Amino acid sequence: MPRLQNSGKFSKMTKILNISQLKKSYDSGSKKITVLEDITFSVEKGMTFSIVGPSGSGKTTLLGLCAGLDKPDSGTVTLCGVDLSSLNEDGRAVLRNRNVGFVFQDFQLLPTLTALENVIVPLELQGVKNANQVGMELLEKVGLANRHHHYPTQLSGGEQQRVAVARAFSNNPALLFADEPTGNLDSATGEKIIELLFQLNKDRGTTLVIVTHDMELAAKTQSILRLKSGKIVSTEAGATV
Amino acid sequence: MTNPTSKRARFLWLLKMARRDGKASGKKLFLFVSSIILGIAAVVSIQSFGVSLKENIGLQSKALMGTDYKIGTNETPRERLLEIVDSLGGAAAREISFPSMVVFPDDKGSRLIQVRGIEKGFPFYGKIETEPQSAAEGYYTENKVLLDATVMLQMQLKPGDSISLGDLKVPIGGALKAIPGSTAFFSAVAPTLVIPYELIEATGLVQFGSRVSYDYYFLADDEMDLVKLRSDLRPVLNNENAFIQTHISGSEQLGRRYDNFGKFLNLVAFIALLLGCVGIASAIHIYIKEKLRSVAILKCLGASKRQTFLIYLIQVAVIGLLAGIAGTIIGLLVQQLFPIFLADLLPVDVQLIISLNVVFNGIVLGLLMSVLFALYPLMSTLYVSPLETLRISETLPQQSKLAGLVVLSLIFAFIFLFSYSLLDSTRYALFFILGLIVTFSVLAGMAQLFMKAVKTFFPAGWGFASRQSLLNLFRPQNQTLILILAIGVGTFLISTLYFTKDVLLAQATLENSSETPNIILLDVQSEQQQAVAATISNNDLKVLENMPIVTMRLHAINDKTVNEMRRDSVLKVDRWILNHEFRVSYRNALTDAETIQQGEWQTQLAEGQPIPISISDNLVRDAGLKVGDDVYFNVQGVIMHTRVSSVRLVDWSRMQMNFMILFPEGVLENAPQFRVITTQTPDETASAKLQQQLVQQFPNITIIDIRQVLTVLEDLLSKITWLINFMAFFSILTGFIVLIGAVKNSKYRRIRESVLLRTLGAKSRQILKITVLEYLYLGALGSLTGILLSLGGSQLIAWLVFDTPFVPSLVPFLILLPGITLLVVLVGLSNSISVIKSPPLEVLRSESR
Repeated sequence: MPRLQNSGKFSKMTKILNISQLKKSYDSGSKKITVLEDITFSVEKGMTFSIVGPSGSGKTTLLGLCAGLDKPDSGTVTLCGVDLSSLNEDGRAVLRNRNVGFVFQDFQLLPTLTALENVIVPLELQGVKNANQVGMELLEKVGLANRHHHYPTQLSGGEQQRVAVARAFSNNPALLFADEPTGNLDSATGEKIIELLFQLNKDRGTTLVIVTHDMELAAKTQSILRLKSGKIVSTEAGATV
Repeated sequence: MTNPTSKRARFLWLLKMARRDGKASGKKLFLFVSSIILGIAAVVSIQSFGVSLKENIGLQSKALMGTDYKIGTNETPRERLLEIVDSLGGAAAREISFPSMVVFPDDKGSRLIQVRGIEKGFPFYGKIETEPQSAAEGYYTENKVLLDATVMLQMQLKPGDSISLGDLKVPIGGALKAIPGSTAFFSAVAPTLVIPYELIEATGLVQFGSRVSYDYYFLADDEMDLVKLRSDLRPVLNNENAFIQTHISGSEQLGRRYDNFGKFLNLVAFIALLLGCVGIASAIHIYIKEKLRSVAILKCLGASKRQTFLIYLIQVAVIGLLAGIAGTIIGLLVQQLFPIFLADLLPVDVQLIISLNVVFNGIVLGLLMSVLFALYPLMSTLYVSPLETLRISETLPQQSKLAGLVVLSLIFAFIFLFSYSLLDSTRYALFFILGLIVTFSVLAGMAQLFMKAVKTFFPAGWGFASRQSLLNLFRPQNQTLILILAIGVGTFLISTLYFTKDVLLAQATLENSSETPNIILLDVQSEQQQAVAATISNNDLKVLENMPIVTMRLHAINDKTVNEMRRDSVLKVDRWILNHEFRVSYRNALTDAETIQQGEWQTQLAEGQPIPISISDNLVRDAGLKVGDDVYFNVQGVIMHTRVSSVRLVDWSRMQMNFMILFPEGVLENAPQFRVITTQTPDETASAKLQQQLVQQFPNITIIDIRQVLTVLEDLLSKITWLINFMAFFSILTGFIVLIGAVKNSKYRRIRESVLLRTLGAKSRQILKITVLEYLYLGALGSLTGILLSLGGSQLIAWLVFDTPFVPSLVPFLILLPGITLLVVLVGLSNSISVIKSPPLEVLRSESR
């Protein structure tokens, strides 16, 4: 399995994600709504971390900022040792491609690509030559090798999410973000997905950041950040390793 | 360490992604691509046929002319001209030609024809085609004539029958189908009769005042430089009121004539193409909206802005290329039809060739136009944020207005360049763009006005289905505007053809008053006028005009003689004036086709003063004359001193005798002259009877029956209209493809809506009614807008350009309007049938797959 060459500093670094005094607001008509205020926390490399809070607490916004999908009004985001504000959009894209994996609530597979093609997109972006082989191995791991040629519309919700998980790990990310990964799944399927995520985290040492409103799921992670109305309410320890 | 991705590998990935994504979307895009295919097919067919025609004219130039070069004159050849002819080794053959009347046997009447008296040997290239073919070889030695095949058919004549030509009665050798130097077009007005040169004198038709042409045909050695010969001889021949034409210059001139018509057709085809491009822009706009999510995902996974933009640009480019190829192939096939339908109008048998230039242009056009018109919607991929993976947005992201302006400028620049290449004129290209902007703006404006009117005066009292169908017209993301444009432009084009034809024909239509002549008698000798007038009276008809014609040539203008003007290299006077034999009349009153523009209409003669003359506005332009100038004319050897006293604006389009120069009465009465007499016959029978009597008594008189001329004109216009209709049809078809595509694109939304209505309890009839009414409004509004715009434009043309009232044809209102509306309704209905028949959830499931 090919492994991305780290710059060296990752292996020494303990904090893979550093958030400092983050603030974000949006315009809503004539009003300005503050979604996040004074958010500061960090995530250790290899740990499992969850962000919880009620609907509208700013969890998804925070996830977007952490992953470099959006820009804060103020504050800093340091991801894999790189201050995201020093990068332009293409720079952030490259950083994500090499270091970050994503699992979304509504799967976000490319509808016009097969399962295998979806899985290997991050590898192809890097120009990896044996992407197909790697992709098949990943699909094997998630139990969908025999469905590699099917399109998302031909797969059930659980199967689509498994393909998404395979894709998320295809580039051997240092950090994986999951936004409500079981939100659109039944509980049995959801549990299997979570199992998969944690297993892969254990096997590869990938840092896992999960956004969820499910406290049971959050309790499985090592650290829980509680948000309410855009502010950190508490940071608590979760499950022990 | 991962190998740095090579440029090639990155590019290959882009191609791969474009293909993968495009596979699933092929059907959606193909429909809109079809609209450019049609436009390109139209352009390629016209361009390709034009190239084939020009090539064939060039290749067959000798056969078209029948000789290498000829020298001709429209007056009795002078001694100097004959010397020139001799110096060239003498003519290989001679021809004398003039219009005249032929009388048919057994009281079958008479007909205006073009007599061609040809010496043996001509044509030296090409051939005279006759039925039977042996007649072409035998007519000369047997002293027979060859008469136009159509006339023979109309008069039920056969070889062996005799006709009377002037004083000569001569048998017909065969039916004349084609001869170098005559085209089917001109033969429709004055059919050709070929007679041995030596028999012309016996007809007695060449008299004083006859309009006779003399041609001398020459064969050239292979080494002879005809271009140089022409440029050397032209000035010499000008002095003798003669001209030289080589087979090269002749074919170039012919090619240019067809060129202009071809340019016009190309413009019509280009409009169809532009309509298709509007469809492309709309389709890509919808297509990209559906791809926003995929773009966001790709960016989330690490693709750059450039990469995601290029994936879809490659798709559009490939589809455009395929459209270009398909359109070009179809165009090359369509051009096969032109020689069949245009046989009567073409001077040569056209062997179609495939021009690589045209093929290349067609393919590039498809590629270029697809990319250009897709560029603006494609650019929205640059602005999509990867954050969209977490949020779903229904609207396209905000784009830079500057980018939009740049793209629009590129589009207009391209349209300008293409129309410039067609029209070869900056001014006309700009007018074309202006015309396009006006047309599209007016159509769009009328659509907006209608929607506003509906909103303002919304019929709240109508039933649910009727109200719902109106509301659908301006639902969010409606396609009302694009559909009205698509239908409107096509309808506009076709209606314009009908209305313009009416305007042109109205120009030529005779006013129905007893004072409007429809028979014109030319070459009436002075001593014949009383007898001619008597014949007319004996038929219970009135002589409306009896105009004297005196021929004269220019001798000098102010203090410069014609010879001095000929030698003047910076002369402002057009050369034709110096060589022309003017046909002048004299009277003391203006006709209703004339108005005084400058000076005063003078009829009083003062002793010792120059004779006051009135000249036409075009002569002022060409001769550089003004009121007060002294003009000297040579009237049959007598020099007359005249002075320009007035300038007349003459309506030359009126079917009556008009004159460039008018003398007052009391000056030319004793000059050698002939007469033009006009009358009006109530119907064709009376006309035929009068013509027969006149021709029998006065065989030298040429009779023009204006009714007949109009019939030929109308027939010609119909043929041309057919071709233009064919090109405009591409627009209509394109409009429909855009319509079908737009309907299909909104299919899912409509189905969801219909399913919801079904769920809430709507009956099939109600859902159908909503759909039918909505498309009825679209179809009716689109086609009516196009027809009204066309009507307005045609009325303006009639007022401002032709100064004539016109009654519009009812065809666009009675056929186009309901026909197009019905088709639009049927297309719209085809979408909704599945909803009516199946349970709601089944429909939703099948549509979401």
